Amino acid sequence: MNPLVEAGGLAIGYPGRAVGRDIDLAVAAGEVLCLLGPNGSGKTTLFRTLLGLLPAQGGTVRLGGDPLDRMPRPEIGRRAAYVPQSHAPVFPFSAHEVVLMGRTARLGLFAQPGAADRQAADDALAAVGLAERAGSPYTDLSGGQRQLVLIARALAQAAPLLVMDEPTASLDFGNQALVLTEIRRLADRGLGIVLSTHDPDHAFAVGDRVALLQDGRIRGLGAPPEVLTDAALSAVYGVPVSVETLASGRRVCVPALAEPGTG
Amino acid sequence: MGRRAGALTGPGAMRSPGAVAILALLLAAAVPAAMLVGPYPLTLAQVLAAVAARLSGSATIGDSVDTVVFAIRLPRVAAALLVGGALAAAGTCYQTLFRNPLVSPDILGVSAGAGLGAVLGIFLSLPVAAIQGMAFAGGLACVALVAAVAAAVRGRDPILVLVLAGVVVGALAGAATSLLKVLADPYDQLPAITFWLLGSLASIRAGDLVPALPAVAVGLVPLVLLRWRINVLALGDDEARALGVEVRRLRAGVILCATLVTASVVAIAGVVGWVGLVIPHVARMLVGPGFGRLLPVAALLGALYMLVVDTLARSIGTAEVPLGILTAAIGAPFFLWLLARGRRSWS
Repeated sequence: MNPLVEAGGLAIGYPGRAVGRDIDLAVAAGEVLCLLGPNGSGKTTLFRTLLGLLPAQGGTVRLGGDPLDRMPRPEIGRRAAYVPQSHAPVFPFSAHEVVLMGRTARLGLFAQPGAADRQAADDALAAVGLAERAGSPYTDLSGGQRQLVLIARALAQAAPLLVMDEPTASLDFGNQALVLTEIRRLADRGLGIVLSTHDPDHAFAVGDRVALLQDGRIRGLGAPPEVLTDAALSAVYGVPVSVETLASGRRVCVPALAEPGTG
Repeated sequence: MGRRAGALTGPGAMRSPGAVAILALLLAAAVPAAMLVGPYPLTLAQVLAAVAARLSGSATIGDSVDTVVFAIRLPRVAAALLVGGALAAAGTCYQTLFRNPLVSPDILGVSAGAGLGAVLGIFLSLPVAAIQGMAFAGGLACVALVAAVAAAVRGRDPILVLVLAGVVVGALAGAATSLLKVLADPYDQLPAITFWLLGSLASIRAGDLVPALPAVAVGLVPLVLLRWRINVLALGDDEARALGVEVRRLRAGVILCATLVTASVVAIAGVVGWVGLVIPHVARMLVGPGFGRLLPVAALLGALYMLVVDTLARSIGTAEVPLGILTAAIGAPFFLWLLARGRRSWS
């Protein structure tokens, strides 16, 4: 079976401004790939290239086995769903309206969403536990709930791959746990997920594999315990980091802060 | 709208078939009422008799009631409905498209361009039909210029570039219009130009509607058909594209259609500001931001609003008050009120 998304020798960036190159990665169904890297390492540029929002500067991207560069937009939308960071839209659409927009790639140019599309939107909201907030203005929801609505929209899109740009950024502790739990559950149901995060702990928590990105190149790709070592994290982030194992077996990252009065 | 919003002001608080039905009823009441008002007051019985006479073919040519009803009032009422509905519909499109509730058909220099075209027509003493054509050409030319500037400036927020280019091109068109006013014959052309720039339906004739009506229809039909995709554009470029929308093509098509709608009515009514800005706001308060619901409600509301304003314009004083003055006098305070509410999201 083809990977849901596959990048080969991919160069990313803008004309005249290279952001990264030699990127090889693939995501299969049921798998969570976490993309980890400091600010400016090219995570967002890579995602935009994987979704065809930016043209590749070299190499190839394949979605479901087919090259991306000549794929019509609705076809891309049926193969990969984009979950942006939670944001406040200009107009106060209801949560249901936002989710319903996920059906667009499955509608003809002049078509309107029908009963089946509304049902799909209802189901997607129920799947993330927000059925009761369907009629609420999206702008009235908490940050975590908004992120869940955007995930629900991706579910309504019914694409086998979710591309999530920092789904836990700007969320409080509880909402981060809420969203991470949902992500793991979706992968266990068979979706392929690639997400970016600033927190190595999140990669340990939900990632099947992790890609460590630095200056637009992949410095390591594999199971989190293999890639996220003290040495690798310290090198990429430029501060001493130590990876500890909790009594439960879960691994966490601890930055070694300089002691006052020493060093 | 926020949590404190009352029943009438929440997004979609009113179901859209209900809003459409109420507005249609109000229009059905306002149209006959507007037919009665004016310097030559009529009774409903007179109007109905004149209509019946026309229908039965027994109307007397030169009958004063017949003339007032069919040569003056009816074209004027129809024009008010068309102008208000068209400007509100176009404003709704621009606001959704640019994800900015503060834009209106005046953005992109449409109104300024159409104004320049018409003023040039008056300056050259062209016949009325040619002035309309010039207005239309001026509006489209300004949009084309704005689009060309936006296409040439790459790598920046495309919406911002488009809006700023609209402001600049609009200012240029305004300067050219001012030049023409200075050069115009102060006894004949200048009053005509000034009156036209303030917007008026005073000199509308049935024949003026013949080219405007189909042009508005041609622009509106694709906007209605594409309403779902236009709604998705409100999310922003990246999200809309990721949801499967060909954003660039759709946006170009919507701009072209909304501009056609705007320029067609500017050509017959002059520059009537504020309608395309204020009416979509009110419509959004009634039925929420979903474009498919918003468009018909805004169009009906705009038609009703313009009918009321135009009827006021021809009845509150001994001389006609230009429409643009009334719409600004009503629209500007309303807009200030919107600003003062200081909402974090517009509705």
